[in-house]
Amino acid sequence: MRAAAVSGSRGVTLAEWPFITMVNLRVDPASEAADRIEKALGAPLPRQCGHIAASGPRTVVWLGPDEWLVLSQAEGTAVAAELRNALAGAPGSIVDVSANRTTLELSGPAARQVLEKGCPLDLHPRAFGPGQAVSTTVGPVAVLLWQVDDAPTYRLFPRSSFADYLARWLIDAMSEYRGPEVP
Amino acid sequence: MLLITCPWCGPRDETEYHYGGQAHLPYPHAPADLDDRQWAEYVFYRDNTKGPFAERWMHSTGCRRWFNVLRDTVTNDVLAVYRLDEPRPELPQAGGNR
Repeated sequence: MRAAAVSGSRGVTLAEWPFITMVNLRVDPASEAADRIEKALGAPLPRQCGHIAASGPRTVVWLGPDEWLVLSQAEGTAVAAELRNALAGAPGSIVDVSANRTTLELSGPAARQVLEKGCPLDLHPRAFGPGQAVSTTVGPVAVLLWQVDDAPTYRLFPRSSFADYLARWLIDAMSEYRGPEVP
Repeated sequence: MLLITCPWCGPRDETEYHYGGQAHLPYPHAPADLDDRQWAEYVFYRDNTKGPFAERWMHSTGCRRWFNVLRDTVTNDVLAVYRLDEPRPELPQAGGNR
């Protein structure tokens, strides 16, 4: 992955951020349990596709109208336990899914062009920007795609068993930026 | 390629969805009373509409929710998208100018 990095004005790099804690959260957003969970998280649950909510070291990503993914650097059991206390037996579910996905970070001036080779989404800044995260596909792999900053830096969350393939797919897509631009 | 607007996620390519067949097929009220022929009709028989057709789709790589789409089977136009708890919308000019 490191060897595939391209520098310069068409630069793009790929790195893995393994072992990020991920907790899947499902609860009715109109319920009192959702209010308690928002208090525990310290941020309102995003209510719209693409929205995320950051609260200190945690990020909450919208997955569906009653489903979110909580990303954290803390230990998975601690995050899940805290949320489960806030849910307090109300209808809903909190599952530690840290082993479900890994994190690939694609960054650099050419990162958007690399993704555009296989992502059906409009990634142009007029339609997609920093602080947005959506579920989509890159190549044939379903991923959660999060744009972190304007560099642009993207974080891709593929399922673990697809991660190796997706990394190879991205390395292959990155290789053309090593050479000069073809007019 | 169809461009389908998910009620929750907005417009996405057809490749993000799975097709679920004809919509609005209620489960039989008294399933125990059905004979083989009626069961076969419930399970296998589907309309083959020419024109606006209500069908189910699921946004499988997005929010993973089922919803209904009204699609014109002649032109492949997506005429309307609505949630499962909403009634089938009336089209102002169903059948159009064909």
